[in-house]
Formats: sequence, C-alpha cells, structure tokens
Amino acid sequence: MLLPLTALLLGLTAAAFALGRGRALAVVQGNASLLHSRPAYYGQWVALWCALPSFALLLGWLALEPSLVEQQVLSGASQEVRGLPAERLELFVSNARALAEGGVTSTVPDDDLIAASERARRVTGAGRWLLSGLVVATAIGGLWGARRRVSRELRARNRVERIVRLGLAASSGIAILATVGIVLSLIFETARFFALVPPADFLLGLEWSPQTAIRADQVGSSGAFGAVPVFAGTLLITVLAMLVAVPIGLMSAIYLSDYATPRVRAVVKPLLEILAGIPTVVYGFFAALSVGPVIRAFGERMGWDVSSESALAAGLVMGVMIIPFVSSLSDDVINAVPQSLREGSLGLGATRSETIRRVVLPAALPGIVSAVLLAMSRAIGETMIVVMAAGLAANLTANPFEAVTTVTVQIVTLLVGDQEFDSAKTLAAFALGLTLFGVTLTLNVIALSVVRRYREEYD
Amino acid sequence: MTATSATQLRSPLYLTKLTTRDLDVFYGDKQALFSVNLDIRKNQVTSLIGPSGCGKSTFLRCLNRMNDVIESCRVEGKITLDGEDIYREGIDVVQLRARIGMVFQKPNPFPKSIYENVAYGARIHGLAASRPELDEIVTSSLQRAGLFEEVKDRLEEPGTGLSGGQQQRLCIARAIAVQPDVILMDEPCSALDPIATARIEELMEELRENYTIVIVTHSMQQAARVSQRTAFFHLGIVVEEGETPQIFTDPKDPRTRDYITGRFG
Repeated sequence: MLLPLTALLLGLTAAAFALGRGRALAVVQGNASLLHSRPAYYGQWVALWCALPSFALLLGWLALEPSLVEQQVLSGASQEVRGLPAERLELFVSNARALAEGGVTSTVPDDDLIAASERARRVTGAGRWLLSGLVVATAIGGLWGARRRVSRELRARNRVERIVRLGLAASSGIAILATVGIVLSLIFETARFFALVPPADFLLGLEWSPQTAIRADQVGSSGAFGAVPVFAGTLLITVLAMLVAVPIGLMSAIYLSDYATPRVRAVVKPLLEILAGIPTVVYGFFAALSVGPVIRAFGERMGWDVSSESALAAGLVMGVMIIPFVSSLSDDVINAVPQSLREGSLGLGATRSETIRRVVLPAALPGIVSAVLLAMSRAIGETMIVVMAAGLAANLTANPFEAVTTVTVQIVTLLVGDQEFDSAKTLAAFALGLTLFGVTLTLNVIALSVVRRYREEYD
Repeated sequence: MTATSATQLRSPLYLTKLTTRDLDVFYGDKQALFSVNLDIRKNQVTSLIGPSGCGKSTFLRCLNRMNDVIESCRVEGKITLDGEDIYREGIDVVQLRARIGMVFQKPNPFPKSIYENVAYGARIHGLAASRPELDEIVTSSLQRAGLFEEVKDRLEEPGTGLSGGQQQRLCIARAIAVQPDVILMDEPCSALDPIATARIEELMEELRENYTIVIVTHSMQQAARVSQRTAFFHLGIVVEEGETPQIFTDPKDPRTRDYITGRFG
C-alpha cells in the first residue's frame, strides 16, 4: 500500500514539474525571456509544492501510527490485560499488531488478542485508506494551487533556491544531530554504569576482569572494572602503529610529491592506496598467522620470552594498514604547497632536501598533522587486528612482546552474545566508549591548537 | 651585431659578466630559444623585453639553471659566468645559484618570520658563524633592500603579512643575503601597484653598484627607466640588443620598432 502510494506521489511530482514548466511558457506565449526565472524553475517550484506537503503528511502519519495503534489496542482491552506488567503489555500490543497484519504471533491468539487486533486493524486499515486519499488530495491541491500562481513576475528561482538552501542546511544538521544523539546515549548508559561502579574505581583501577556472576550462588568473581590496563593496551598498540606508519608514510609522501617522476607517481600512488582497501579482517589474520609466529620465532632465537599473541604483531600490522592514510593525505598537502616557494628556495641555492625540510614540510605541517591524527584515530578505533593478533588478556605492561588488549576489543567482547542490559558488565562497554571518545576528542583539540600556534601561512 | 661593436668602441670600460653562445632551449619537442648570443655587462641593468611567450623568462631561468627543475627541458649551447661554463659537467648548481640570485614574478616569501626569510640563505650556506653575525647579515640585507626601516620593529612577524611591495623587497633582501654577483628578476613589479613599483625601480638603481641585474619586464617604460642595455626577444630569437636609449629611440630592426611603438605584443 505504501509503495504504490509513494510511486503515485512521485508520478504526480513529475507531472507537476511538466505542468508548471508548461504553464510558465504558456503565460508568456512561449517567449521564455519575458519570465523572471528560467522555465525549469517554475516546474521545480510547482513540483516542490506538490511533493513537500504530501510527503510531510505521509511521514507524519507513519510516525504517529504506532502510538495510535497502541492506544486503540489498549483502550478496549479487558481489566486483566491492562493489569499486565510493562514488558508483557508491550508483547500483547505487538502480537495484536502482528495478527492485524496477518503476521505470526508468539502465543496462540485468545479472545482478548483477537478483539484487540480488530481494533488495531481499524487504525492500520481504514486509517491508511483515509490517509492515502488525504495525501493524494494534498499533492493535487498543492500542484493546482501552485500552477495557478505561476505568472511572469513570480520569483520562482529565488523560492526554489531558498528551499534548496534549507535542504542543504538540514543535511548538515542531521550529521550534527547524529553525533549529539550518540554522545547522549553514551552518557546515559555510562551514568547507569557509574551508579554500579564508582568512577574512581573505573578510571584509576589497575585490574580489568569484567566477568560478573549472574546469580548469587554462581562461581565467579564480582568483577573488577579498572580501565587503566585496557587504555594502556590501546596506547601501546597505537604508539607501535604510529611508529611504523608515520615515518614510512611521510617519507613515501615526500618521495611521491618531490622526487618521483610523474609516471612513477601515477603507478605507485594507486598501489599504495590499495593497502587502504584491504578489509581489516584480512590484516587481522595476516597479523595472527603470519607476523605473530615470525616475531615469536625471532624472539625465541634471541632468547626472549615472546607470547604468540603480542602487541608488537598487532601494532606492526596496524601500522602497515594506516600507511596509506598518512602517505596519501600528506602527499596531497605537500603537493598543495605552491611551487613558487620551492623555486624561491632553490633559487637561493638550497638543495632539494633543504628545500623540503626547511620550506615545504613546515608549510605543509598543519595538513600533515591532521593526516597523522586521522591515522591515529583509525589506529585507536581498530578492533579486528587486535582481537586476532594481540589477544584478550588485560595485562598492564609496556612490553610489546606480551599480549595486551584494547578498549575497542573489550567493548566487543562485552557486548557479544546474549546480554542483560542492566549488569555492570554490559554497561561497562558504554563507559569505555565514552572515555575513549573523551580521549580522542582531547587529543584532537590539543593537536589542533598546537597546529594553530605553529602553522606557517602561505597564500 | 654592428650596434654592439659600435657601443664597444664608444665605451670600452666595461666587463662582461655573463655570456651566452648559440643557446638553444627545448621543452620536449618544442624549441623555445634559437641560438641566442648575448653578453650581460657587469654592474649594469639589462632588461629583456618582448611579447608573451617569446622566451625571455626561459632565457632568464637558464642563467641560474632553474630550468633543471623542469623534467622535459633541454639546454644546448654555452653560458659562461666570469668565463666559466655553467653547464659544464661537475659544476655545483647549488654554488651557482648562490652566486646568481633570483626574484620572481609573484612575491614568494616563505611562510616564516621576516627575520627567518632573510636568514634562510645565509643559514643554508653557513655564511654566519654566530647569531650576532647572522643578525648583521639580516639587518644589512634589509637595509640594502630598503625595507629595514619599515620592518625593524617586527622582524619576528610572518613575512606573508607584509604588503605586496614589501614582500617583493623582502624577496630581494633574501636574495642579497646570500651575497650573489648577479640578481635575476622575472617581472618583479607585475603584481605591484605603481608606488611599490617606483620603490623597486629606485632600489635597482642603487643595487647596480654592487650587483649585475637582469630583469624581464613587460613594461617598456620600466625597461627605459631602469636599464642601461635592452634585448628584444621575439619568437625565441634575440631580434635586437643594444644600449637602452638606442633601442627605444632608434631601433634598427623593423620588428623592434613595431613592438616599441605598440604595433603588436
């Protein structure tokens, strides 16, 4: 029902465009230069009048419908049903809705449920027919009214452009709202977690062992939620990854932008970017099955104690993974440094390397820092490689040959499988997420302010 | 050539700083300069004029081998600086460019402080053994470029914050700081207003005492004002070369006359 209705509306909109455009041309007997705007703008204006109010009505109804159904289902229900606890009541409503739409219910329908489903059908059935009529009427009304108002003086372009501008603003608003929503959900769940575990224990505790007993008589600990080892693991692996990625990435960017011939560059740059296209899972088993054993074998020969899952393996492979971020973005910003600065330096008798070190890199610094920051947030957020190559043990260590775990890995393990959403174990994931968000945000702000202070402006 | 020998007879007291013999320059398959023979005299301003694309900037960039940066560029023939072939094998391009400074069309100060802009060349060539020496180089270079009084209180501010004319004088100071013999200027005033242009032209007259200057310009008035000798380039060849007053009042070649009187270009 919704699909044909949408198709009908789209058809009407297309017709509205043609009618509006035709009307505009008819008003001036085909002499388009007499119109205030190009004819297509009149078409767009009429089409917008046809589409926007009708779609708004449709979406508004779809948003309201569930609560209307619920109200209808419950209004006629027996005393017995209304006395049910909240979760059971919810189940009853969704069963009634499923029955009304011919779906599958979780219990054998009894009289109560059948009666309720009848009431639900009144809303979803008759209501929707009524709605369809209303929506189509709105669309046609909008079309007709707008078409009648088409005249030589109508400033159709300005009106259409204003609506387009509002649409653009709304799109950027959605991105911001999504961020706000994510942060808010993290904050609320974290507040629940901190009601169970004191913030000081979480932020300063040195032991991470999130397994809690579900029943009082179960074997198992009461759980320890000290996040320091987890964050230390993240820090260790990120530092290892950056130690690999930043020098290699930056140097390859310098080679590509200032030394490579155009032909070499045309081949090498896309090849480097292929690295960024490899799924992280593939990197993960490369780290776990190829790099990890090599490191352990090497360590054994040197007489070191190396566990088969090590921070080093994960860090190295993660570093390789983010090389293209550093190199490709840095290459772009280094290329953006004006050629005239290079010539100025060369003209003073500087060598190529002096020019790069003293003029080009300082000028490109802000861009390079943001490339490194982007790479770092990839490293901090990376999960798959660490799960496979670095293990799950929350060791508090700075030794790269030991197994460590990271914040993201712990969030995954906390939330995988069947979970009840009121235990400290599950809620800890939100606290970890929020803290991680805070850490990366702080890093970004610090880095940006450092860049602002040391940036060298060129025009 | 007859014009040249005539002036030689009249004023024998000059030294030749740079000479080019049979200079051909190619960009890929396209030839940009055809057998250019030119002498640049010491402590004089030589201006190169001609319509766009005639090869005068290409010629200028051959003199300090800036064309080396361009992959497809090929230079044939001979250029000598004080009698030494600068395209000879084993010549140090870095040393050469330290002796032949360059000022570009658009002011291109480095995104560093005013002080660091001027100190840059001195630092990379190790001209100053101590900070006071470096200070001295920076100060005297800025003074000779006529910029010191305007910027002495803000040497630590970015060079990019100066006005266009000041930026161009900063670039001149930057070139002087390396203590070159020759300064090449590629349309140094084309991005400047008339007042800043007048300031730079005055400066060229002062700098001529110590340096040899070659300037590419589109403004014939400028060439007439600042230079002692002028070479007219057209389609990659030097059509006529001689003393500036002679070129502008009594050109020998009809193409020079047409260009100077504004018939083309």
